[in-house]
Amino acid sequence: MSTQDRPAASPAAGPTRREVYEAGVRRRANRIALASTIAVVLALVILIPLAPGWEDVKRAFFNGRVFAATFPGLVEAFVLNVMIFAWSAPLIALTGLGIALCRDTRSPALFPLRLFGVAYTDIFRGLPVVLVIYIIGFGVPGLGLPRPWNSPYIWGTLALVLVYSAYVAEVLRSGIDSIHQSQRAAAASLGLSERDTMRYVVLPQAIRNVVPANMNLFIALQKDVALLSFIGPVEIFRQAGVYKSLYANFTPYVGAALIFLALTIPATRYADYLMNKQNRERS
Amino acid sequence: MTAKLSLRGVRKRFGEVEVCKGIDLDVDEGEMVCLIGASGSGKSTLLRCMNLLEPVDDGVILLDGQDISEPGLDPQPVRQKIGIVFQSYNLFPHMSAAENVMLAPRRVYGQSREELRPKLAEMFGRFGLGDRMDHYPDQLSGGQQQRVAIIRALAMAPQIMLFDEITSALDPELVGEVLDVLRDLRGQGMTMVLATHEMGFARELADKVCFLDAGRILEQGPPDALFNAPREDRTKAFLARVL
Repeated sequence: MSTQDRPAASPAAGPTRREVYEAGVRRRANRIALASTIAVVLALVILIPLAPGWEDVKRAFFNGRVFAATFPGLVEAFVLNVMIFAWSAPLIALTGLGIALCRDTRSPALFPLRLFGVAYTDIFRGLPVVLVIYIIGFGVPGLGLPRPWNSPYIWGTLALVLVYSAYVAEVLRSGIDSIHQSQRAAAASLGLSERDTMRYVVLPQAIRNVVPANMNLFIALQKDVALLSFIGPVEIFRQAGVYKSLYANFTPYVGAALIFLALTIPATRYADYLMNKQNRERS
Repeated sequence: MTAKLSLRGVRKRFGEVEVCKGIDLDVDEGEMVCLIGASGSGKSTLLRCMNLLEPVDDGVILLDGQDISEPGLDPQPVRQKIGIVFQSYNLFPHMSAAENVMLAPRRVYGQSREELRPKLAEMFGRFGLGDRMDHYPDQLSGGQQQRVAIIRALAMAPQIMLFDEITSALDPELVGEVLDVLRDLRGQGMTMVLATHEMGFARELADKVCFLDAGRILEQGPPDALFNAPREDRTKAFLARVL
């Protein structure tokens, strides 16, 4: 085939045969994608309302009046979610880093730390989040602590911090392991101590490498803040439940879902973008 | 006169494979020693043993007559005296060239950036990198990165410099600029040990050339003798292949 290709044509001679062919393939692919999307959307729009319970579902989940009445209250309740997220996220990052470093210690004197790191990540990655929230959120205030130390905010958030820092620690550790041995060798050959090597050479690179993975964890955390509703704090999920009972209608849940999505979809997209960018840089 | 660096019966094995099978070598002050030999003959491992990146299994390494290969000895002070430059540069990718160079003097010698900067500017300038100090490694060519790596090792003011095939990963047209740096160091009387495939360079500048074969120094001597009148058949065969 290649022998038939035009001999190096001058750039002014218009598109090459390959460019013409590829443009044709692209147009065809776009037409097919458009047609199949229209077909699927039409089928959904026509078929779903034909279901026998559609009118009831519409009234119970997509009630415009209830939506308008409850949406502002839901947004207000969501501020609590954001607040819980905002002060647990840095704690998780720090605890996760601490645990990751514990697991990476080599000195025999620090073996207990290492053991602790292993046990910690095993235990908290092995438990359902909601179970940890129950045990800590109900258990610790049960000690009869004075106000404000019996608040479910504090202990529920602590439960989130404990669980998520186990995951963050594992992600960080994989980042630390991903730094090539030659970087440590270069640092050692300059006479840097192990501590300085970790702090100035390994960690900065490791943390940068795992930013996308950690972003995904923090997006999951934003959603799991809703689990705290089980032990008391009136965040958006619980507020939606209150409205549901008040209006005898499920629309507030749909409203809450929309509010979550407004935050998580952009965040997920951004994490994907970072991940892709990193993959491109590596290849 | 005692040698600056002496190796006596140095052995190193990785699992089943013995990479160094009893190496004896003397490097005198101000001398430039070139290690030549096929890939896998043990050149790199020998260099890594010299600055204790790899602990030796048996034998002795003496620096100024002092045994530095003793198990349990703190390797840090030794590494400050013996710098090494690697084939793959191994710059820290998240730091600028200048930060790469300053990290170890700052942390180990406690020198400040302000104090280091003039000396650095002088070194970067001398090696043709005057306008590259604040570039990151991925903004530099291979030859520039390797020169930064050399400056980084020199900034610790080592008494001996080890070079592990530092031009092997470079495009041919960049090899010259790195060899020029070595020439410059040679002129200043730096004690150097090079593992190299640049036979022309070894012939031009080395005081002593050692031919390594399967973990042993098979033959050593001044470059003229070794290149022009090798005694061993394996040396002849190797030189016939590379020259």
